[in-house]
Amino acid sequence: MARQFSGLLRREFRFLHKPLNVWSRLFLLAAAVTIAVSIFFPLWKMHLVAPQYSDGLDLYIFPYKIQGGGFHGQHLAEINNLNHYIGMKPLQAADFMEMRWMPFVFGLIILLTLRSVVFGEMSNVVDLFALYSYFGLFSIGSFWYRLYQYGHNLDPHAPVHIQPFTPRLIGMKQIANFREFSYPQAGAYLLCVSVLLIVLAGWFSRKERA
Amino acid sequence: MKATITLNAIALAVALGLSSCGKQTGTAQADRAANALASYVAPGEKDEYYLFYSGGHSGQVYVAGIPSLRHISTIPVFAPYPGTGYGFDEESKKMLGDFTWGDVHHPALSQTNSKYDGRWLFVNDNANNRIARIDLRDFKTHQILGPIPNSIGNHGSSFITENSEYILCATRFSVPLPKGRVADPNDYEKEFNGMVSGIKVDPQTGEMKVGWQILTPPFDWDLGSTGKGPSSGWAFWTSYNTEMAHDTLEVNSTQKDRDLCAIVNWRAAEKAVAEGKASMMDGVPIIDPAKVPGVLYFVPIGKSPHGMDVDPSGKWVVAGGKLQPATTVLNFEKVQAAINNKTFEGEFRGVPILKYEAVVEGEVPVGLGPLHTQYDGKGNAYTSMFIDSCIVKWKLPPWTDAEKKDLTKAVLDRVPAHFSTGHLVVAGSDTAHPYGKWCVAMNKLSAGRHINVGPSQPESSQLIDVSGDKMKMIAEAYTEPEPHFAQILKVTDVQPNEIYPKGENKDPNAVWEKAQSGVTRNGNQVTARLMAIRSRYNPDRIDAQVGDELTVAVTNVEQTRDMIHGFGLIEHNINMVMDPGETKTFHIKLNKPGVFPFYCTNFCSALHQEMQGYLVVWKPGEGPSNLSTGGGATGGGK
Repeated sequence: MARQFSGLLRREFRFLHKPLNVWSRLFLLAAAVTIAVSIFFPLWKMHLVAPQYSDGLDLYIFPYKIQGGGFHGQHLAEINNLNHYIGMKPLQAADFMEMRWMPFVFGLIILLTLRSVVFGEMSNVVDLFALYSYFGLFSIGSFWYRLYQYGHNLDPHAPVHIQPFTPRLIGMKQIANFREFSYPQAGAYLLCVSVLLIVLAGWFSRKERA
Repeated sequence: MKATITLNAIALAVALGLSSCGKQTGTAQADRAANALASYVAPGEKDEYYLFYSGGHSGQVYVAGIPSLRHISTIPVFAPYPGTGYGFDEESKKMLGDFTWGDVHHPALSQTNSKYDGRWLFVNDNANNRIARIDLRDFKTHQILGPIPNSIGNHGSSFITENSEYILCATRFSVPLPKGRVADPNDYEKEFNGMVSGIKVDPQTGEMKVGWQILTPPFDWDLGSTGKGPSSGWAFWTSYNTEMAHDTLEVNSTQKDRDLCAIVNWRAAEKAVAEGKASMMDGVPIIDPAKVPGVLYFVPIGKSPHGMDVDPSGKWVVAGGKLQPATTVLNFEKVQAAINNKTFEGEFRGVPILKYEAVVEGEVPVGLGPLHTQYDGKGNAYTSMFIDSCIVKWKLPPWTDAEKKDLTKAVLDRVPAHFSTGHLVVAGSDTAHPYGKWCVAMNKLSAGRHINVGPSQPESSQLIDVSGDKMKMIAEAYTEPEPHFAQILKVTDVQPNEIYPKGENKDPNAVWEKAQSGVTRNGNQVTARLMAIRSRYNPDRIDAQVGDELTVAVTNVEQTRDMIHGFGLIEHNINMVMDPGETKTFHIKLNKPGVFPFYCTNFCSALHQEMQGYLVVWKPGEGPSNLSTGGGATGGGK
């Protein structure tokens, strides 16, 4: 039993110290580039449609800012203006703590990815994957919590009272006269690709000898 | 071969047989359905063309869609229009001056290279001798020029030159000049004069100013148009009073079989002024055509003619005979030759009269009361027949020998109009490349074709499909008094703004944030800068006292289309409407104490009714010790 266990540990140790081959390093490099590029694309988009807004109002969530659709980003002001009727706090980047630390974390992950390219050991990839997954899941959770807060911290003195709500993270939801559509965007897809590249980096060196 | 012919004959017989067998009502029904579809614009769909039609003595311009003929909006020009607050705020009040009406006749879209460039629409005021410029960026009046000096009865305008260099105008009336001089109408011939005016248009801003004028005999200029192509640089007007009658014109001005029409070389006029060949009258350089040869020519045309319209090629100029049953077609190349060869039949007050036979291509017997002619760019002309009450389609030259011998053969089709068509417009007729396809007949009488609305009856406008060989009456709509002419512009040829972008608002009193808004006092000058946003004013309280001079500037800080806010002040005749991003200002002296609510007049939101505030006018010595703030009130909510 103890033997089997120590055998497992040895295999694990050997696995973690496997060198990364050229393919894996190239995948990691590609992952770093993908993450860097993703910063310039929106992560998420919320699209609000009502009879009076048949073309819809758009909200783009970037790692570091919220951007309205329409001329000069006017949709953000319009959404905030409409939300004041139900007593929702105006959406503004300054209130999103995430938007301050997210670019920093992106940079950190890029550095760690480049570090894996240079150090070239399986353990780096595992570290990277664990950290990155944690960061990703935490961000989605934090985003959901933001949505929850915006939809539940409604001013009780607002002209229009509605049942507190949480906007849908993915999919469609009816909120008063609006249908809210919420979907990931290019930035999020690029991040998914980068995760995949990291996994592939590990996969392609799984048979290397330590 | 023979077999084919026989087969064809049988096929034709069968077709005829079928059609004669088919129920008449069935065919009529199918026609109605086809016509209905041709003008039907389903809910949510859009028209293909704008129809800008003049509102006559309503003083406004109306915008309709084609093919639906639906009235879509009104552009107030020469008269206050409470619906958009026009004539209530300081800027529009200043443009209107002391006048509260005008008589809009002939709209002209700006052109570049004889094509509509979608920048401006110019309209004339027949009554008060003005020209207005509507900017097609926001479909609003931005300038009213006039009354134009030395010009009385600005009817023969506004005719725009091929690159919008000038708006050309001619006077319908004549008076002793300069204005203000008095002479006995019995001395009409000697003391009265008419005028042709060149209104210069700034190519960048569209800003108009009076450029120069040409003194004319008192002939009563009627209508005209500008040249292009071979007639580039020229302009044409009819007249109906070569008799120079001054009373009972109905009889006294209709004695001659032909009246003298004007052929003006406006480039020569511009050059003459530049060379100092003009003398000044009332601040305007005036050209005396007797002293500056080459600027003005006359040509006799029958009889008391009305329209004088240049065709898209610029070669043919057609005058509507009004009191003769024919249109007269001038060949501009012959006009040019007659001028060069001095083929004159005389002169009047030093102005050569071109020999009629030398310049006329033919008289087309279109029928009774031909007024205006429009073109489809495919060699066809369409003339409105006031007396016959129809539209006549006929063929422009060149004519075949058989047609020349009998010009009734050049008349191709006629469609009844209801009733007494004045003007008509074919889409893009006055450009070098008409859109064609649609014609709108603007009829002077509707005579009970509509549901009974009492004695004050609307005019009728009718949509006619001119794309085929035969004209097809498609639809009918009723229009406010009173369209005189129209322009048709393809929707894709113009890009209006739907809001005023914040960055372009240069109003010094504009406020965009709560912190900037408020009420300030300087002596007895009180200035309130208000923000309007769904669904509140900020501030919503203005304190002042009797004797104060109050200025209120309201900025609609919305940047969303159709989020329009109003500002109606009770019992003060104040009514402003601010479009998104717009600031409007009014100024009043406060004479009566009281608390006067103000409110949003233009329905904006579910809480529109709640969008209100108070103007508190204290009696002197009463009220808060410090009247210099708005009381700090910022409205309900937060």
